[in-house]
Amino acid sequence: MIYEVSNWAIAIFLFIVGLVLGLSFYFARKTKSSSGYYAAGGHIHWAVNGIAFAGDYLSAASFLGICGMIAFSGYDGFLYSIGYLAGWVVALFLVAEPLKKLGKYTFTDALDAKFDSKHIKLAASISTLIVSVFYLIPQMVGAGDLVVPLLGLPHWIGVVIVGSIVIFIVATAGMTSTTYVQFIKGALLVIFSTILTIYILQNGLSLKPNKNHHTFTQIEALVTNDTVVSVPDSSFVVKNTKVVNNLVLVKLAKDNIDGWYKLNVKDNQATLDEMLYITVLSNGEKLYNGAPKSERKFYQVGHLSKIIVDGKEVDKTGPVGPFEFIKAIESSEIIRFSKIAFPEGEDKITAWYQNPTPGENIMKPGLLYKLTKASGATLWDKLNFLSLMLALFLGTSALPHILIRYYTVPSQRAARKSTIVGIAAIGFFYILTLYMGLGSMINGTLDVESSNMSAPLLARTFGIGLFSIISAIAFATVLGTVSGLIIASSGAIAHDFIDKYLRVEMSDKSKVRAGKFAALGVGLFAITLGILFKGMNVSFLVGLAFAVAASANLPAILFLLFWKKTTAKGIAWSIIVGIVSSIGIILFSPTMYDKYGLLPKSAPIPLDNPGIISIPLAVLTLVIVSLMTQKDNLTKKQSI
Amino acid sequence: MLHEPAVEIKTDKAAAKKAKLGVKMFIAYTLVYAGFVFIGLSKPEWMGLELIGKQNIAIIYGFGLIVLAIVMGFIYNYFCTKMENKMNKN
Repeated sequence: MIYEVSNWAIAIFLFIVGLVLGLSFYFARKTKSSSGYYAAGGHIHWAVNGIAFAGDYLSAASFLGICGMIAFSGYDGFLYSIGYLAGWVVALFLVAEPLKKLGKYTFTDALDAKFDSKHIKLAASISTLIVSVFYLIPQMVGAGDLVVPLLGLPHWIGVVIVGSIVIFIVATAGMTSTTYVQFIKGALLVIFSTILTIYILQNGLSLKPNKNHHTFTQIEALVTNDTVVSVPDSSFVVKNTKVVNNLVLVKLAKDNIDGWYKLNVKDNQATLDEMLYITVLSNGEKLYNGAPKSERKFYQVGHLSKIIVDGKEVDKTGPVGPFEFIKAIESSEIIRFSKIAFPEGEDKITAWYQNPTPGENIMKPGLLYKLTKASGATLWDKLNFLSLMLALFLGTSALPHILIRYYTVPSQRAARKSTIVGIAAIGFFYILTLYMGLGSMINGTLDVESSNMSAPLLARTFGIGLFSIISAIAFATVLGTVSGLIIASSGAIAHDFIDKYLRVEMSDKSKVRAGKFAALGVGLFAITLGILFKGMNVSFLVGLAFAVAASANLPAILFLLFWKKTTAKGIAWSIIVGIVSSIGIILFSPTMYDKYGLLPKSAPIPLDNPGIISIPLAVLTLVIVSLMTQKDNLTKKQSI
Repeated sequence: MLHEPAVEIKTDKAAAKKAKLGVKMFIAYTLVYAGFVFIGLSKPEWMGLELIGKQNIAIIYGFGLIVLAIVMGFIYNYFCTKMENKMNKN
């Protein structure tokens, strides 16, 4: 997709970046100690910390990924909103206060508080690094996706810009500047998402959502033996016919320009419906709808084909209320675009065909996660759904970059209160994601190449000003989350590993310096990964980070807090088994096989979400190893 | 060399009681969440049934889970604050 760059967008983007850098300069002068660097001195107000929780947690995955997933797959994307929010219940009721009491700067501190074990220090610091890196990838991918329409720059430059700014934020003032960046970004995100939702409801539903919306061509066809033989419109010439996944696809030429169409037969009448397609020629050149990208023949899509309100078919609704909006979509018919790929000679074609979908199927689970027998759901499909919901529920309270926020407030009461403020802000935002996602789905704003851009592109249909602000906030969203992740990773390397595990003698000043160098290293690594993983849905990737966190960290945290027989070795082994099993299952999953260029069906493990296997495995390991090493706890008690 | 908190934490006599309340509220919420997952797995067609105000079960249950988490958070905080004020008086 080609986007027009606006000066407004650039100005607002520069303002946000300037604000963030200014804050970092301001706080840099105050950050001298390791307590200040890793935990903002433990003096952040609970209300600020609560909104910063929202700023930290509502990452690119929430804003870009979930909205995009809802825009392409309906309610199944909203499952992520439900699961991500539900996970905060675990954090509030079980983890917040005890963790605040136990830890100092990092998640490893808390796990190790009772044991002073080298095994825990090593395993927990590795786990923090791995989870944070898994989480970092989608943030960087999202950053790259954003700068394409916002600044008209290539994807990789976006990744480099975010990486550089964040390294600067973290390396100058650590947790204090990170907290205030997250606070500002969290507040702006919730406020402007509300404004965007108001625009969506005011706009209502319409068959012609915006003036630039492309009306897709439909041509009559004559068919014999399921093969298109001709088209009555003599300006078209049939050039090729292909059957792919039981779909009949036809290549037509008009005025020497080729186009791919899908055959539809309804009531004995055959029509050919225009598709979007990208051709990768044998020399590597890419054509969009048969022409170079610069000719702008590749359209934004997603519209309603039928609007039903109170049983009557209408062309548009006018402004609607929040529940009326949902009901109207449920009663109507939406044109989604489904992807199909096939070769044509030496060229590779990726096409998107119109897929009319009843609104009732959009507003319940099933488009992405097959659950009913009618859709051909297997036991593995159901396990995938269960596994996802389990990982989302248990993952939040096991994310190291979220847990370290408990050390920035002065008391356990403040930790609890800030969690509740966070839940309220995050919960409200997640309700808005359904409106932003559905709004993108029906307003002709989708870029089939990148689901991540759905919400910002929707904002553009309501004016370049709103688009500029929303995109700049989305960019700040990435900055806020990535800062938190790099602080957590830097703590794992400099504090947990170098200082506590290797026991390298360092002054407080040297510890801060080590943290800053670690932040630089992780930042550079994140930039590289962000470039390599371009094109993946960011919410899907974060879902995997949750699965790794829930498998590696949560059993360790909960058993430490609630089972007296837990031993240091039990915790360490459970973390290792959690990491290895969850990552192992991901690497051999159908989605990854698709990424490797192999057949997804040939993947040895038919699960995309590992939690259902890896979480119980980690729990079992913890229990067995703890029971086998009870002597360690006795020895420790005697020595105390 | 145990890892002490970043700031000094005062002894909280209400900690055990608060932890018990937390576990109870966690179980209550988990059951509601499990109900949602169970319907999705065993009776997915129910998700499309109209429930209240012309909205289907998927929407009511999904929104309900989000709102319930917020409401339970406030209730939990109310009782915890009450316990802290009472038990940490002296």
